[in-house]
Amino acid sequence: MNKIWVYIDQFKGEALPTSWEGISAGKMLAGQLGGGVTALIFGKGVEAIASQAFQYGADEVLLADDSSLDDYRSEPYSALLAKLASESSPEVILFPTTTRGRELAAMTAIDLNTGVLPDVTALEVKDGSLIATRPIYAGKLMCKVSCLTRPQLVTLRGRAFAKLPPEASRTGTLTKASPVMSEADILTKVESYSAGEAGVSLTDASVVVSGGRGVSNNPSLTPPAGLDEKQAEIWKAQQGFKLIEDLAQVIHAAVGASRAAVDAGYIPYAHQVGQTGKVISPDLYIACGISGAIQHQAGMRTSKVIVAINRDAEAPIFKLARYGVVGDLYAIIPALTEAFRKRLGK
Amino acid sequence: MKIAVCVKQVPDSAAKLVAVDGKANWGDSPLVINPWDEYAVEAALQQAEAHNGSVIAVSIGGENSKEALKHALAMGCSEAILISDDTLTQMDSQVTSRVLAAAIKKIGEVDLAFLGRQAIDTDTGLTAAQTARLLGWPALTLVAVITGVDPSARTIRVERSAEEGRLTASSRLPAVLSIVKDFCEPRYPSFMGIRKASRAVIPVWTLADLGLGTLKANITWLELINPPQRQITTEMITGASPQEIAENLADKIMAEKIL
Repeated sequence: MNKIWVYIDQFKGEALPTSWEGISAGKMLAGQLGGGVTALIFGKGVEAIASQAFQYGADEVLLADDSSLDDYRSEPYSALLAKLASESSPEVILFPTTTRGRELAAMTAIDLNTGVLPDVTALEVKDGSLIATRPIYAGKLMCKVSCLTRPQLVTLRGRAFAKLPPEASRTGTLTKASPVMSEADILTKVESYSAGEAGVSLTDASVVVSGGRGVSNNPSLTPPAGLDEKQAEIWKAQQGFKLIEDLAQVIHAAVGASRAAVDAGYIPYAHQVGQTGKVISPDLYIACGISGAIQHQAGMRTSKVIVAINRDAEAPIFKLARYGVVGDLYAIIPALTEAFRKRLGK
Repeated sequence: MKIAVCVKQVPDSAAKLVAVDGKANWGDSPLVINPWDEYAVEAALQQAEAHNGSVIAVSIGGENSKEALKHALAMGCSEAILISDDTLTQMDSQVTSRVLAAAIKKIGEVDLAFLGRQAIDTDTGLTAAQTARLLGWPALTLVAVITGVDPSARTIRVERSAEEGRLTASSRLPAVLSIVKDFCEPRYPSFMGIRKASRAVIPVWTLADLGLGTLKANITWLELINPPQRQITTEMITGASPQEIAENLADKIMAEKIL
């Protein structure tokens, strides 16, 4: 059995694409520690994911396909992973830093009495051990940490490691595993699921357009009659976010927001970028009407190219920005949407 | 119903952090209750109010961690306990969870334990799940809504947030929950609460009080570093009209070869 394991996170039988980043990171580690990469796939009706894992570079797949594993639940998943790991003693288990990946790593570490290096952005090998770089204080500082025990559990931050291009011809060894808990012993039941908003996921997005408090400041808009002051402000902000959504749609971007915009009730919390929201690092981040408080910067400062559109030339966001526009976002954003529509042929 | 809530004291989210001689320095910024933990305290208090229960706040740290506990008391928790021990020098999430699990056991007959989703200093997001695992209780992490708790049937139903949306899950009591910001705005401490908290005597428990020996961290910190500075030259895009500005900006962005 290989020393490097990679957990593939799936939902309703579809692998989360960020999982494939683990396989390429695993191959890099295997190059230094020896052996190949084993992908772990748990679920029900997930055999198709095994072929995908081979295409993305896995040498072996360990597949547990059972109705008790249909929806992710921490109890049966961590019990199974801990059993497999204690039988085969891998050196490293990589997980994507998804809600499920992080929880599964946390619980499995307790069963195996080992440590987790969470939300890692870089990995190196020294004297047979991993040295992981991870942001703390929402990226205001970085630390290098290592795990004294084995296996070393690591959750990889999304987009920190590039995935390999899939090769349709690649295959590997498929090994099947059986669950270790029966349904009767599992305390938690998943009853239903309601989909979030459609659109591009913030954490996976390579392009993000965000709006802040400034989105509600359009003086030329007249809210419908009968709204109180607060409702009128929210109504105005929602008109502003519509412009942001139009731009996001044309450039295939996710929609983000500052804490100020979320706290003011302009847009749901799921969109919040910042220290108490999502920490993201897209290739392109367009900040519209966001002043750039340190809390917000913590969530987006590692974006590759930052564009700031703000009417206040003194806004701190401009210090982070590669391109800045001082102006009225209500005029600039629709014009920018049009400009991209022409260039991208949409 | 008996409820525990675990809180941590951290530098304010507006603090500027700098690594100085391998240590995190936050200058004059205040230490506050971890913002995520305020949602946990709110959720705990709501359950206590709904089921005629009481909430005990627990924290690990030095004498100054009493401020986070006092905030929890001022919000309405009825008791607070600080766990402090000179041997707790090297902490990782596993050590933290062992201490919290032992404290929850010592408190006794706890039906629900609440934590925030993560601490804004170390940002691990592991502690709630690990505490649950150590207690052998179900972990209901990232809870946005508690739809029902039945203390006599010993059941709980929640909505959890995941990448794809909301999952409704049910489980058994006792359980460990971590709470996300969607839950609802945490209440402000009341004037009476602040007065009560300022006079509160907070007992301090050591590891020996919890029946624990020396705990060893599995994770070791090698280095603390300041993130590389962004070497940025900001180019201001101008034009005679919004359309011209937008055209110029779109050209610049297209030249970055991202879209």
